Amino acid sequence: APKADGQIPLAQDERIVHTCSTFDCGGKCDIRAHVRGNQLVRISTINDEAVDDDMPLMRACVRGRGYRRFVNHPDRLKYPMKRVGKRGEGKFERISWDEATSIIASESKRLAEQYGPSSRHIIEGTGAVTGALNGVEFAKRLFNLTGGFLHAHGNPSTVNAMIGTIFTYGENPLAGSSLETLRDSELIILWGHNPAETVFGNSNHFFQELKRAGKRIIVIDPRFSDSVAAYADEWIPLKPTSDSALVEAMAYVIFEEGLQNQSFIDKYSVGVSEASLPDGVPKGESMLAYLNGDKGGVKKTPEWAEPITGVPAATIRRLAREYAKAKPAALLMGWGPSRHYRGEHMTRSTAWLPVITGNVGVSGGSAGAWNAPAYLRFPVHPDNFENPVGHEISFTQLNQAIADYQSVGPHNGLQGAEKLDAPVKMVMCLGSNYLVNQNQNINKAAKILEDESKCELIVVSDLYMTPSAKYADILLPETSFAERWNFGFAWGFGDYVRVSEPLLKPEFERRSDYDWLLDVARKLGVEKQFGEGLDEHGWVKKCWTMMQETYPDENLPNWDGMLKKRTHLFKSGVKTVAYQPNIDDHDNQPFLTESGKIEIFSKALYDMQDPAIPALSHYQPSPESFADKSLSKEYPLQLITWKPANRANSTMYNNPWMQEVKRQELWINPIDAQARGIKDDQSVRVINGRGVIEIPAKVTPRIIPGTVGLANGAWRQLDKNGVDKGGCANTLSSDLQSPIGKGNANKTMLVEVSVA
Amino acid sequence: MSQQSTFAAGEAIPFVEYDAVSDEQLGFYIDSSICSGCKACQVSCQDNKQLDVGQRFRRVYEKAGGGFEMTEAGGFTNSVFAYTVSIACNHCDKPMCMRRCPTDAIHKREGDGIVRINTDTCIGCGNCAKSCPYKAPQMNPKTGKADKCDFCIDRLAQGQQPVCVKSCPLHAIEFGPISQLRKKYGELAEVNGLPTAKMTRPNLVIKPNRGALKKPEHAQLVKG
Repeated sequence: APKADGQIPLAQDERIVHTCSTFDCGGKCDIRAHVRGNQLVRISTINDEAVDDDMPLMRACVRGRGYRRFVNHPDRLKYPMKRVGKRGEGKFERISWDEATSIIASESKRLAEQYGPSSRHIIEGTGAVTGALNGVEFAKRLFNLTGGFLHAHGNPSTVNAMIGTIFTYGENPLAGSSLETLRDSELIILWGHNPAETVFGNSNHFFQELKRAGKRIIVIDPRFSDSVAAYADEWIPLKPTSDSALVEAMAYVIFEEGLQNQSFIDKYSVGVSEASLPDGVPKGESMLAYLNGDKGGVKKTPEWAEPITGVPAATIRRLAREYAKAKPAALLMGWGPSRHYRGEHMTRSTAWLPVITGNVGVSGGSAGAWNAPAYLRFPVHPDNFENPVGHEISFTQLNQAIADYQSVGPHNGLQGAEKLDAPVKMVMCLGSNYLVNQNQNINKAAKILEDESKCELIVVSDLYMTPSAKYADILLPETSFAERWNFGFAWGFGDYVRVSEPLLKPEFERRSDYDWLLDVARKLGVEKQFGEGLDEHGWVKKCWTMMQETYPDENLPNWDGMLKKRTHLFKSGVKTVAYQPNIDDHDNQPFLTESGKIEIFSKALYDMQDPAIPALSHYQPSPESFADKSLSKEYPLQLITWKPANRANSTMYNNPWMQEVKRQELWINPIDAQARGIKDDQSVRVINGRGVIEIPAKVTPRIIPGTVGLANGAWRQLDKNGVDKGGCANTLSSDLQSPIGKGNANKTMLVEVSVA
Repeated sequence: MSQQSTFAAGEAIPFVEYDAVSDEQLGFYIDSSICSGCKACQVSCQDNKQLDVGQRFRRVYEKAGGGFEMTEAGGFTNSVFAYTVSIACNHCDKPMCMRRCPTDAIHKREGDGIVRINTDTCIGCGNCAKSCPYKAPQMNPKTGKADKCDFCIDRLAQGQQPVCVKSCPLHAIEFGPISQLRKKYGELAEVNGLPTAKMTRPNLVIKPNRGALKKPEHAQLVKG
């Protein structure tokens, strides 16, 4: 029998295709799909001999190994459908593609005429976004050709981290260095960073190498994550949302013991000492004044931080000394800690430590803040037409823009206008579960969507009847990555692009978003401009040509060459140290801030004169956290979420192998469980003022007392009493906005737990 | 064999004999010190062996322990540990499953020492599944027969490694003659959370997670 890269004995008619998925999966697995006839029969992965030392790609992770049950699933949608029951009930009947595309065409035209084109909205979810081609990009093209649409800025993943970093390091917020620079580190701190589960590009390759090389790795996390088990020498649990207090107490110790790098501070930063405050700012606003209690009278000692963070003062002192004395030391922030109400300020705080110890711009150091690689490259999407609608809402405002559009303004995230000119009347939700499941406070969101007089048309295309799909008026069966052309990118670290090709012919009446949007375009009379006469493969080739032009230094092969090469590694990002040019050649390449320096104190934030937006970001008790004295009386446990290894957000939730890998359960510490009479495996109710979840408990010391945890992305499954038996954390999350960027704060929530 | 991939999940695969693939007893090495518990090994095995939910020829067990104490100031000290161990079949020197099999369907091969279940002669009594302390043999509800890890003998026969060895993203599973693995990595074949190795003499070498060294107690298998 023929052999595939020496991997697996093959059947005579079995072919192997080197491909990748194009949903928003962090590792973008190297998939070798084994295909017989029109069936995906097995998955294998990269051969070790093919791994490149400069950009070592991981073997496929657990999600990639399970793709077969995602693509071949009996529950996949088969036909276009139209809602027949009340919206949200999930009752549909089969219709023809002609009827579906006619309704979409005529309704989008009617709504644009009646309310204006800005009544049309597109949700940018993560079901297909790491591919060059996806339904969202084509839907934008179609709307832009027919009057425009209301775009949303920001994203629930990183908006707070990005904004916090912009106000610290300037307009270049990519504060992460490439991973092989960690070989120069004396100490690595993963702060709320959990690559073992998120699968963050090729991070796990490096962390296992660093661990085997004996590097000291500390993990700071409320949860004993799988990254702690696999990599850490020490776990320091802290209470969620108290991160800034831990930073401050560490900074206090570093100054108290004279461990700071004074010349670095003086040369590169603003706001550490009083002398470096910008003109026009009164005394007492600097980091040192704050730490010494000159304002407010409280010294930010480890003893001050102990009851706030839960970390013993002695541990804080030891950690501070260890961090300051290790030269260099890397403090790597995860993105999760920023998805909180004070997430922007927490991100700014975490830059304090590298700044006062001179770890910014140094190989083996790190800048703290938004740990996104400085060399990151993105897929090139089809070129688009200008959107005639000039204003944008925050992605957190959609429900408000549907229910009460007049209350939407710049104060809560509207950009480019003083107020909205129309309510949102039509939503296109293509390859996204953000409409309901991944939205904030989903019981509230669902109630708004259920009102058919408000939003008049909801179009969803997906592979499955997701909790969001249930709210569709028109529900369309999309093709999977295994049934269409594309090229895909990883997130974050590990920089590469890979061909994704149709392995299988679509079964039943499944069609790609581009394919049916072309029908809609024809019915709206814009087919030629919309499609340019290209089929999907034609668009991939066109996008690839744009890739070649966008990244000329990479000498990308042409598309035919790429079809042979399959994966291109962007090696020009290897050995990139974030902000190194701004440090090494500061006079000629200052930071892209107003002062040209790292702004520990931000004059731009100071000028906002908002108590929720301090110019010197520091610890403030967060609403809906353990420190919320009034709400915590009723709901004393703080609920956190994390991205589990067995799915990508909510994608793959219903893959049976992945469900077997990790059960959806509530993590609760034995101390909290005992106080409530809860035993391991027992069904529990998790409740707050917004909703009720009922799922099994995992009683485990792997989470700090006072905090409970749920893996994110489980699908909401309401019973007849409105109890979510699926365990979707957004049943309980809030739609509070973060203060600066009006991003999501839905990871900050309080609950109570009891035996069900 | 190559025709495996034509079978849908759960259908019986005809039993195929293979010549010995080694003169020496084969075994697995598991580096639990770096295992993240991701279960890529478990799923790649299910994918390769065409297994449905419920049958896991390779499983990942989690053990956690220790606890928290509150300080006077309101902080927490902790002694928490947690780790995972990936276990398939250990092809034991004294296989409990074989002892309890009434039909000789379970046999230990000369040379390579692989313990296999002849699914053609298995009567589906379930004794093996009940008796193995590692839960390696498992009943297939569709065929009513037991089956388990056979070191991917079809792959071995073609000079390939077992699929789990080739799939672990952290390279925490190795495979080979057990004498060589023991020489390289030591003799440890049990950690807190696994059965005592004295019972069946598994052909297994474990590099323990630092958490595994905290308490020398032998428990039942923890949750997989």
